[in-house]
Amino acid sequence: MTEKISLSHGGGGRQTHDLIQGVFTKRFGMDDPMTDSAILTVPSSKIAFTTDSYVIDPIFFPGGNIGKLAICGTVNDLAVSGADPKYIAAAFIIEEGFDTGDLEKIAFSMADQAEAAGVKIVTGDTKVVEKGQCDGLFITTTGIGILRDEYADIGSGIRVKPGDRLIINGSSGNHAVTILASRRNLTFDTPLISDCAALNHLIRKILDNSGEVHFMRDLTRGGLASVLNELAAMTGCGITVEENSVPVDEPVRGLCEILGFDPLAMANEGKVLVVADHAEADKILNIMRSFPEGKDASIIGTVTGERPGRVVLNSSTGGTRFLDMPSGIQLPRIC
Amino acid sequence: MKYVDEFREKKLISNLADQIKRSASGEYTFMEVCGGHTAAIHRFGIPSLLPHGIKLISGPGCPVCVTSTEYIDRLIALSFTRGVAVATFGDLMRVPGTESSLSEARAGGADVRVVLSAYEALEIARSHHDLNVVFPAIGFETTAPGTAVTVLKAAGEGTENFFVLNAHKVMPPAMEEIIRAGTHIDGFICPGHVSVITGSSAFEFIPRNYGLACVITGFEPTDLLSAILMLIKQINNHAPCVEIQYKRAVTPAGNIVAQKFMNEVFEPCDSDWRGLGVIPSSGLTLRERLKNFDAGTAFIIEVPRNEPDPFCICGEILRGVSIPDECALFAKACTPVHPVGACMVSDEGACNTFFKYHTHD
Amino acid sequence: MCLSVPARVVSVDGEMADVSVGGAIFRAGLQMVENVRAGDYVLLHAGFAIEKLNEEDALETLRLLKEMDDAITE
Repeated sequence: MTEKISLSHGGGGRQTHDLIQGVFTKRFGMDDPMTDSAILTVPSSKIAFTTDSYVIDPIFFPGGNIGKLAICGTVNDLAVSGADPKYIAAAFIIEEGFDTGDLEKIAFSMADQAEAAGVKIVTGDTKVVEKGQCDGLFITTTGIGILRDEYADIGSGIRVKPGDRLIINGSSGNHAVTILASRRNLTFDTPLISDCAALNHLIRKILDNSGEVHFMRDLTRGGLASVLNELAAMTGCGITVEENSVPVDEPVRGLCEILGFDPLAMANEGKVLVVADHAEADKILNIMRSFPEGKDASIIGTVTGERPGRVVLNSSTGGTRFLDMPSGIQLPRIC
Repeated sequence: MKYVDEFREKKLISNLADQIKRSASGEYTFMEVCGGHTAAIHRFGIPSLLPHGIKLISGPGCPVCVTSTEYIDRLIALSFTRGVAVATFGDLMRVPGTESSLSEARAGGADVRVVLSAYEALEIARSHHDLNVVFPAIGFETTAPGTAVTVLKAAGEGTENFFVLNAHKVMPPAMEEIIRAGTHIDGFICPGHVSVITGSSAFEFIPRNYGLACVITGFEPTDLLSAILMLIKQINNHAPCVEIQYKRAVTPAGNIVAQKFMNEVFEPCDSDWRGLGVIPSSGLTLRERLKNFDAGTAFIIEVPRNEPDPFCICGEILRGVSIPDECALFAKACTPVHPVGACMVSDEGACNTFFKYHTHD
Repeated sequence: MCLSVPARVVSVDGEMADVSVGGAIFRAGLQMVENVRAGDYVLLHAGFAIEKLNEEDALETLRLLKEMDDAITE
């Protein structure tokens, strides 16, 4: 393989074959011969199906890279729907001149992450575009997961009721602030890294041990504030959040103070909100805390029957205010 | 975080709230004139801690909100000028001009970059000799000294491709204008960080000439509540004066070094405040010997004719005579996602804050 | 934009300093403040330190608040 990716790598001929074989298939554990479609056997049940594109800038950041992000993002989308993630398709749009060594690192990350999550990358595509036609590398991942009937409505919020507790698996805003800091070449006293992580094992354990999970969603763009407002709107319930209970790491707080951002509205890539019956909240909290991705898990609030459709924040000062849907683009190309 | 957490202790806050309830006898209207105070008051839920008789209103304390539409239009025109890059504070990006905004200009191919300081803008100029870098100099006395230091640095090094499009304003004349325009105010929560630079002496004329209470305060919940308590006591005792609550940062004389930089680079001029009109001696302009850094002089800028939306009442909101939800456009045609007036664009604007946080009824 | 936050001076390098806000390090111009040393706290605004925070006065303010607290709880 050459040092840099060139247009001929996307031409469909020998160089394309070299690229696919040299960088992707061996690492992804794909079998020969390569066919146009992966043929899969799935049990006769519902399947969960999701797709996402990743255009993050910068491509490499503390805590991960665009490839790790792509696998985790798709795995999490399936997991929070209650499904067992199984198969992933990965499509790459590569800018002419992209460093081959970097591409290999990214592929390696993806293979590593897929293995850890217990999913298989079964098919993919590569295209190379001229310089300036895309920014380095864009990845699209599509995923399939097997869904048991009892979890089919977990994304709709239909079972959410007043009295339910809201539980989050850790601190808010780490991914967004890490990306912002990387772009501005800011440094930190204590290293701040993206929380990019696959949560399917954590979620599986919760679902296996509790039949009273009423809703789950991962907290990506727009952060916690966004998801809480969506939930309130979907269910017609009110939501009360205790500001003191939402974990926020010190460097995230500091950067948000100085730039005027709300840590609760910042993007994450390894956080899930679980809404469950209040009797199960402590058990779920302990399950989360038994995983490294959940060591700072916290019960942050309650679903109520008051102020339907609104999210109320009990401020750390003792005052109260609404926590509204974040508006405007706080940070572009965060994922 | 030191100097932050200690001033947010819940018990101290609830005690202050109790004291306020016990001291308040009747109705009080206090105006704050600092965007940072607007945001802090609502972020910490301060109004929910106060008895009903105390009304907090916002004045023209948000530098973005009081910047004229014409200024934004001039920046947009500059950004499309060949060889010019506009390096601006992020706050200006979404402010609506007559036809567009800097954010839309960037999407349309203009060279617009976000910086965190005037210094960063100068550094862009230093490392890009082929570019004329224009820094929109907005802000009050808190920010003007930073611009002044940067202009002097550029002058000292002989940098020729760095310019400022000046719109710095100073607070006291605007506060006087609001008092004279007749807005009913019992006292001012005076701007905390403007006062760091000017000192408390800049506000002495308010109790002396107009008999209104003044307290200069910080941005933590205990600061704000202490200030409200101090204002109530001044009024109850019929003893209006200027008190400094924010002693850890503000002195009577202010930051003399910063003032010297400002005086070296700027001189007073009349300035157009959106919603208030032209206020004499309320702005800062570059002194003659530094006019070569003035983007307004260096570039010919043509701007479209501006017809303000007839229903937009930003002016009345900035003067404190109306509150955001009295505007016909509020939360309907004018939202944080699609702002019509500047009060909705800026995160420190009264309308934006009201929309985001508005307190329990 | 009006945002100024207390920042701890980490190191001084001529007229510039590295300052820390909750662990995030920023560059700040020191032209407007005098005798700044590592460990001092300054108010950081738009890339400049606009004032040195006075620890005695901060403690005094807190002391007054706590006194009031004690008076109420007695």
